Amino acid sequence: MPGRNGAHVQVRKTYKLYVGGEFIRSESGRAYRPDGKVNVPRGSRKDLRDAVRASRGAFAGWAGRTAMNRGQVLYRAAEMLDGRGAQFVELLGGGAKARTEVEQAVETLVWYAGWTDKLAQVTGTVNPVAGPYFNFTIPEPTGVVGIVAPESPALAGLVRRLAPALCGGNVVVALAPENRPLPALTLAEVLATSDFPAGVVNVISGQRRELLPWLAAHMDVNAIDAAGCTPEELTAIETAAAENVKRVVKLPADERSPYLITAFMEMKTIWHPIGV
Amino acid sequence: MAITKRHSTDLAKQVFDYAPAPEATDHIKIRPRYGLFVGGRMVEPHSKKRFPTINPATEQKLAEVAEADEVDVDRAVEAAGKAFTSWSRLTPARRARYLFRISRLIQERARELAVVETMDGGKPIKESRDVDIPLSAAHFFYYAGWADKLEWAFPNRRVRPLGVAGQVIPWNFPLLMLSWKIAPALAAGNTVVLKPAETTPLSALLFAEICQQAELPPGVVNILTGAGKTGSLLVGHEDVKKVAFTGSTEVGKSIQRALAGTGKHLTLELGGKAANIVFEDAPLDQAVEGIINGIYFNQGHVCCAGSRLLVQESIAKPLLEKLKLRLSTLRLGDPLDKNTDIGAINSKAQLEKIQGLVASGIEEGAEMYQPECRLPERGFWFPPTLFTNVSQSYRIAREEIFGPVLSVLTFRTPAEAVEKANNTPYGLSAGVWTDKGSRILWMSQRMRAGVVWANTFNRFDPTSPFGGYKESGFGREGGIHGLLPYLELT
Repeated sequence: MPGRNGAHVQVRKTYKLYVGGEFIRSESGRAYRPDGKVNVPRGSRKDLRDAVRASRGAFAGWAGRTAMNRGQVLYRAAEMLDGRGAQFVELLGGGAKARTEVEQAVETLVWYAGWTDKLAQVTGTVNPVAGPYFNFTIPEPTGVVGIVAPESPALAGLVRRLAPALCGGNVVVALAPENRPLPALTLAEVLATSDFPAGVVNVISGQRRELLPWLAAHMDVNAIDAAGCTPEELTAIETAAAENVKRVVKLPADERSPYLITAFMEMKTIWHPIGV
Repeated sequence: MAITKRHSTDLAKQVFDYAPAPEATDHIKIRPRYGLFVGGRMVEPHSKKRFPTINPATEQKLAEVAEADEVDVDRAVEAAGKAFTSWSRLTPARRARYLFRISRLIQERARELAVVETMDGGKPIKESRDVDIPLSAAHFFYYAGWADKLEWAFPNRRVRPLGVAGQVIPWNFPLLMLSWKIAPALAAGNTVVLKPAETTPLSALLFAEICQQAELPPGVVNILTGAGKTGSLLVGHEDVKKVAFTGSTEVGKSIQRALAGTGKHLTLELGGKAANIVFEDAPLDQAVEGIINGIYFNQGHVCCAGSRLLVQESIAKPLLEKLKLRLSTLRLGDPLDKNTDIGAINSKAQLEKIQGLVASGIEEGAEMYQPECRLPERGFWFPPTLFTNVSQSYRIAREEIFGPVLSVLTFRTPAEAVEKANNTPYGLSAGVWTDKGSRILWMSQRMRAGVVWANTFNRFDPTSPFGGYKESGFGREGGIHGLLPYLELT
């Protein structure tokens, strides 16, 4: 709609947290302006707890989906991201570098979408025990995973960790990069339209200093991914993680492999006697 | 027909009257004093300190063992560090040969190891003879074969050993836990410093002799005896790159905390409070044997013990009657007797812990059943015990007792069984008994535990990965998965 002097007046977006399948303001009512202009919700300890509760509630459903179905949903996320590629290129500052990053994020989703129904065949085993038993080992999701996304690359860095965690059937509470949260918060809109059940992915923006200790110490978080952490933060996370024996995933930020998927998983071994 | 104590005792006497059948000990040579195994030699401890290790069945001193201090830990880690350079570069097939040799030597000295294990730890000889020692040999044999095949284990990656591994093991399966730790570490090209438990150091010291007999290069394996202090010095040593711990969840958490920010690799195999679930269609007699094996094997000193029995309500009565009857036929006594089912409690401290938790069960309102059972006058003993009328909130239903004490709860639906089974911070193992195949798989999918035994319990094998979910720890031991904690993928 043209303004008084004929110029276009944009309908701006209010950036929000993504918790339990809904876009919400921080319960704290606070915001911060990392780029000096846009208001970004400054998530609180309570927001984080709500997100953990939402994800725990979604865990059984997501882990119980067939591997093929999880693959289709991840692929759907790639479609949605690709469809909004231009918007993400702009958010990332435009240019060839931004285009490459968006393309990498899309490719990452496609790559892990294809792993959901192959992982158990590559990493699971049938074990030839010395006795009349059928014995096999399969990977299972570990549960609620906290992801600390790297500041850079702001989009691809987060997608590189979200995709493998979700691929294995985990549910996720992700902290958006503090200084560049907009790609992560916009990615939540992509995930919201990709058929992930509510609560499977949650994205919280705010100050890492404030949020990280609660995420690392939360007794219902099973694993925490430290890809975006400084060495000091890592020490703090690992200390807090011991309280409930959390798995701390420390594989490099650019890792792309089935070993990253299984880093967010448990190996379960089942025995049964053989007899007539 | 209700089984009374007198009735079951009479029955046990009628059916089972065994003459004593003690295993011979005259071929065992335990030295009065032991040093530390560092750099391929038994050396005097810098600390000059020693402490006794006793036979928990007699309270008699078996030997004096060294208590390693900071300097001893330094020396051992240094020896392992020196050995790492050559061991990690040794042709993998040669590494394999040393491991095969060790496996064979364990087989050759099997009876001696079994007897020493039983004398030092209190476990029945039939278990150390038929379970601990054969599985230890099998574990070395399995990982020996991996040493020159590592490039086939992890597709698309090159593998590299980590360096010196600091390993701390518990007292419930001393030689077997040593084997679970040392075999994969060495196969992958690491060198190790291992600390056996304070109350069961002797089989590890015999293992040091086996390393010498195998002509294992000096420093590849180092054994430091001591207590908790020695263990924390070892895992905290700056040149230790990999820490592997099996023991209590409490100590595991303190190690995880202590290692925060150090970049050391860590695997933990901690406590458990496993549910053993019996459905109404289960073959009851088999299930009873499985329940007995699940909780009374090794006096219940088993992290994956089936310590919470969940029985479907409709069969609770007949199952409990059978269980009580079977309990009365368990033979408690001299661990060296080949007919003994339940040996000695490993230590006075452990006995007191069990007594405390059992007292809490009575106080909280659970109903205790113990068969008539004469306990020997000397040594540490606890009769096989079961509790009914147990609520999920009772300490005996929540805390790891690590003794021959079973808590019985009931359920009505499979969903309720899953809910109750998973209602614990632990997640090491679980059992399910039913004749219905689809239900076994349904239950197995839903139980949050690293090992699920269906229509069996407490089975172990070197090819079968073992380890926990949640607060039972992380990482797997056994199988191809057991190699990963000792390798870096590049």
